[in-house]
Amino acid sequence: MLNQLTISELAARLAKRETSAREITYACLDQIQRVDERIHAFLSHDPADALAQADAADRELASGVTHAQKPLLGMPIAIKDVINVKGHPLTCGSKLLGKFISPYDATVIQKLKAAGAIVFGRLNLDEFAMGSSTENSAFGLTRNPWDTTRIPGGSSGGSAAAVAAHECVATLGSDTGGSIRQPAALCGCVGLKPTYGRVSRYGLVAFASSLDQIGPFTKDVRDAATLLEILSGVDHADSTSVPQPVPHYSAALNGEIKGLKLGIAKEYLVGGLDPEVKQAVDAAVKQLEKLGAEIVEVSLPHTDYAVATYYIIATAEASANLARFDGVRYCARADGADPIEMYSKTRGAGFGPEVKRRVILGTYVLSSGYYDAYYLRAQKVRTLIRNDFLKAFEKVDAIVTPTTPTAAFKAGEKSGDPLQMYLSDIFTISCNLAGIPGISIPCGFTKLPKLPIGLQLLGKPFGEETILKLAHAYEQSTAWHKERAEL
Amino acid sequence: MAAEIDVKYVAHLARIALSPDEEQQLSTQLGNILGYIEKLKEADVSGVEPTAHAFPLVNVTRPDEVRDSLPTEEALRNAPAKANGLFMVPKIVE
Amino acid sequence: MEYEAVIGLETHVQLKTKSKMWCGCANAFGSEPNTNVCPVCLGLPGVLPVPNDEALRLTVLTGYLLNCQIPTFAKFDRKSYFYPDMPKNYQITQYDKPSTANGYVEFEFQGGISRVRITRAHLEEDVGKSTHFERNSGVDFNRAGVPLMEIVSEPDLTSSDMAYEYLNALKEILIQGGVSDCDMEKGMVRCDVNVSVRPKGTKELGAKIEIKNMNSFSGVRRALDYEIPRQIEAVQRGEKLIQSTRRWDDVTGITEQMRTKEDAHDYRYFPDPDLMPLEPSEKWLEEVSKRAIELPLTRKQRLMKDFGLPAGDAEVFKSNVALGNYFEGIAKGTKNPKAIANWLINNLQAKLAEANQKEIAEQSALGLETSEMQLTTLNDLKFKPEALLELVGLVDNKTISSSAAQQVFADMFETGKSPALIVQEKGLAQVSDTGAIEKFCDEAIAANPKFVADYQAGKVAAINALKGQVMKLSKGKANPALVGEILERKLRS
Ligand SMILES: [Mg+2]
Ligand SMILES: [Zn+2]
Repeated sequence: MLNQLTISELAARLAKRETSAREITYACLDQIQRVDERIHAFLSHDPADALAQADAADRELASGVTHAQKPLLGMPIAIKDVINVKGHPLTCGSKLLGKFISPYDATVIQKLKAAGAIVFGRLNLDEFAMGSSTENSAFGLTRNPWDTTRIPGGSSGGSAAAVAAHECVATLGSDTGGSIRQPAALCGCVGLKPTYGRVSRYGLVAFASSLDQIGPFTKDVRDAATLLEILSGVDHADSTSVPQPVPHYSAALNGEIKGLKLGIAKEYLVGGLDPEVKQAVDAAVKQLEKLGAEIVEVSLPHTDYAVATYYIIATAEASANLARFDGVRYCARADGADPIEMYSKTRGAGFGPEVKRRVILGTYVLSSGYYDAYYLRAQKVRTLIRNDFLKAFEKVDAIVTPTTPTAAFKAGEKSGDPLQMYLSDIFTISCNLAGIPGISIPCGFTKLPKLPIGLQLLGKPFGEETILKLAHAYEQSTAWHKERAEL
Repeated sequence: MAAEIDVKYVAHLARIALSPDEEQQLSTQLGNILGYIEKLKEADVSGVEPTAHAFPLVNVTRPDEVRDSLPTEEALRNAPAKANGLFMVPKIVE
Repeated sequence: MEYEAVIGLETHVQLKTKSKMWCGCANAFGSEPNTNVCPVCLGLPGVLPVPNDEALRLTVLTGYLLNCQIPTFAKFDRKSYFYPDMPKNYQITQYDKPSTANGYVEFEFQGGISRVRITRAHLEEDVGKSTHFERNSGVDFNRAGVPLMEIVSEPDLTSSDMAYEYLNALKEILIQGGVSDCDMEKGMVRCDVNVSVRPKGTKELGAKIEIKNMNSFSGVRRALDYEIPRQIEAVQRGEKLIQSTRRWDDVTGITEQMRTKEDAHDYRYFPDPDLMPLEPSEKWLEEVSKRAIELPLTRKQRLMKDFGLPAGDAEVFKSNVALGNYFEGIAKGTKNPKAIANWLINNLQAKLAEANQKEIAEQSALGLETSEMQLTTLNDLKFKPEALLELVGLVDNKTISSSAAQQVFADMFETGKSPALIVQEKGLAQVSDTGAIEKFCDEAIAANPKFVADYQAGKVAAINALKGQVMKLSKGKANPALVGEILERKLRS
């Protein structure tokens, strides 16, 4: 039962000594035992270590440390298995890493620990965060808690499913083209992708360095604000993190959205959009209007180029980022007569089909003679896409869209056709190309079967406060976030 | 932009050994994807600056200060093969 | 038909920083394998590079020393190729937007001044070091990520000797400029050579052939002395040379084909998304330019012009910067800088060497390493620099003879006493009192009738023997010039 509560609810109970970090952690571990065989959100977790951290937290609480000082004290938070935690295994959902144990903490992990969190568990994902369904994990697929015949989305499928199945209080994921917002939508939880540079990438295994951001999965918007506040800030270990002051995000959640201008992009009302999804999103927009937001139509004319642009930039960067997985300093090595043979066999045996596909595509677009036609051109189109948003944000404070064209699809339904899979990211990809923040929150369910539908709010660069405010006002005026998957 | 891709050559550049089947499948799939990517040719990018970073910053550096390194055993911990503090690899022939 | 060589050099130099290029590991040579490594320079999953600001300054400083332009925009790119000593399997370098461009180096060659244009000096990272064993190889990543500067010359060099002199000039500039220690033994300087041949007078270049693996400047010279004739013979045989890379074998003294253009690398350069571009500010550039020293060649020429020093002396002060500074510190105040130069180059250097030898002997006896030894330098001389001016003055105004001056200098060096004091204590001043000298002369004449006779018989040289006698009687203090006059007068009369 405790495992179903939010960070703010648990903080209140801990403050009143109505419960303990140990009880909360037990509740999560019990739930994992009860449901994770069916969900498979976790690749691994260490109950003893989690409980040891819980006891340490209880000692701090006993010694008078408050959640004002350490907002996450006693909160079990699980991590997508693409973020380094010192002394924990790191697989990236790939066979290739073998028995890799990380010798260092990612910056976000240092921040979670400093805030008192119980950092435990490694969550399933598409191999190297490449995918939209978590079917590309080398360790089996994660299932959607609302319908275990369906995928949870991806690449942070484990992070979304673990929260939706209440196996922990909150999780961290990473978002390169929608990998936080899409699974959050499909699993019915809150997922936030911060502005590029808002949160340090140090310790996040890079997929596409110019697109990747780490962000939280939570049970409500307030928890997302609480976590973002802790994760954010310039990091001198990440040259791309931005020295921008960190607002007191949760303080902005006052329901006051009167006069905020909310944009609707006609380019997002495309074919392929499921009628039930459209209905839910339209209703959500009406609701936001009722709450005082002003609805304005905006245009993002280059939206149609986003997927193509993304698959050039992301795969090109990935082809270099993944070169280090070579079997010299780490990785499960395959024998070879010379280094070249060793590399090729190691990587040929260790990478799954999707990773091979993307690394080879990325290598191709950068190879001699093609740079200008592909990568350079894609970077220019990226400018056009970013400018579309900056122009739109001259008129509006945020843009509202569906997070995904459809609710969760069946496992295996799209895995045969990579391009179809890529196209399902159409609503989330532009946000990464533009480097702006985006959040997905529950906005309804399909009828049969009952599957969550996600509403996406996109903000100005470093406009997290505004989209959190809008998301929170909407959430508090609906009951979607209180719905629970039957397990 | 050629939608034809020499998978054998590119896979070698990427140091990924492929089975003949994989090669087959990949050239079809990558052919489709590259075909789709062709649409970028329609975009008018004349006079448009490329975006390398979503948020423009310049001169991000660190001071020239020595910090602790890893203990050697930690550094070598995940090595598939090691000896005398070295990472061992198949004989390098060049 | 006569052929000429066209040579360009790519020189890689390790920069003199405390820490590595992207991480805080020590930039140190000779540590135990894989002790100066961390997640960043091992290329572990998830790490990010952050540029070392001093490495950026040293690169731009090099730009100033090599008369380069400093572009207002520079960036880092990824150069992809797989190799076991390369942690990320891409090298971070500056591809199309380097931190410096379009400069030149001037140096003395064949009695004149040669100028070699510099295409660029850009910043990149060094790789690890592999050791080869019977059946496998081992990699040490201590060197991986050490800041490395690549200095690319235009193909302005025409001979192996010219390449050799260019490299030495470059090295002297970088060492004196504080950019790099350029220690060959420690592999701090490495260079690749591009060489082609063409019929003298023709313009278009022949097939460019790159030579790798020379670990000394003389190695470069030897490699070229082998490669240039090889190419000329080949062309004369009517063979068609193709662009290729060859390896120099220092033992056998030949170059062997490594790879041809066909199997050349495809480096897939693209801007590194982990690193932000560089746009040096006016203020920053000014600070860096303040660190630029006077170039060695410029200084040599200036010393010759301003002080009328012979090339040999100026060359000593060019390569021995400290001694040169010492010289300049006092030479302004004298009409006889050549004399000062002589004292420094001939006497002071000798004295210091002598002293240092003693010190080394003593301190190594105490078991000290060369690095920990305390040796006397120009900074801890007992006498003040002005004392040398004084000494030269005493000689020039004939107060002491040059032989006496030697004693005075030795004493100065030992005790630090002023020359005047030493002359007085030791009574080394020349006697110019005619009365006394007349007396010595009469004694000498009286005592040596033979010489007198010889002189009067026309053997003029005999007077020197008499002079010698007078100096003896005066214990070397008589003013030789006066002695000459007086003797002549007496002998004629
Ligand atoms: Mg280079
Ligand atoms: Zn390091």
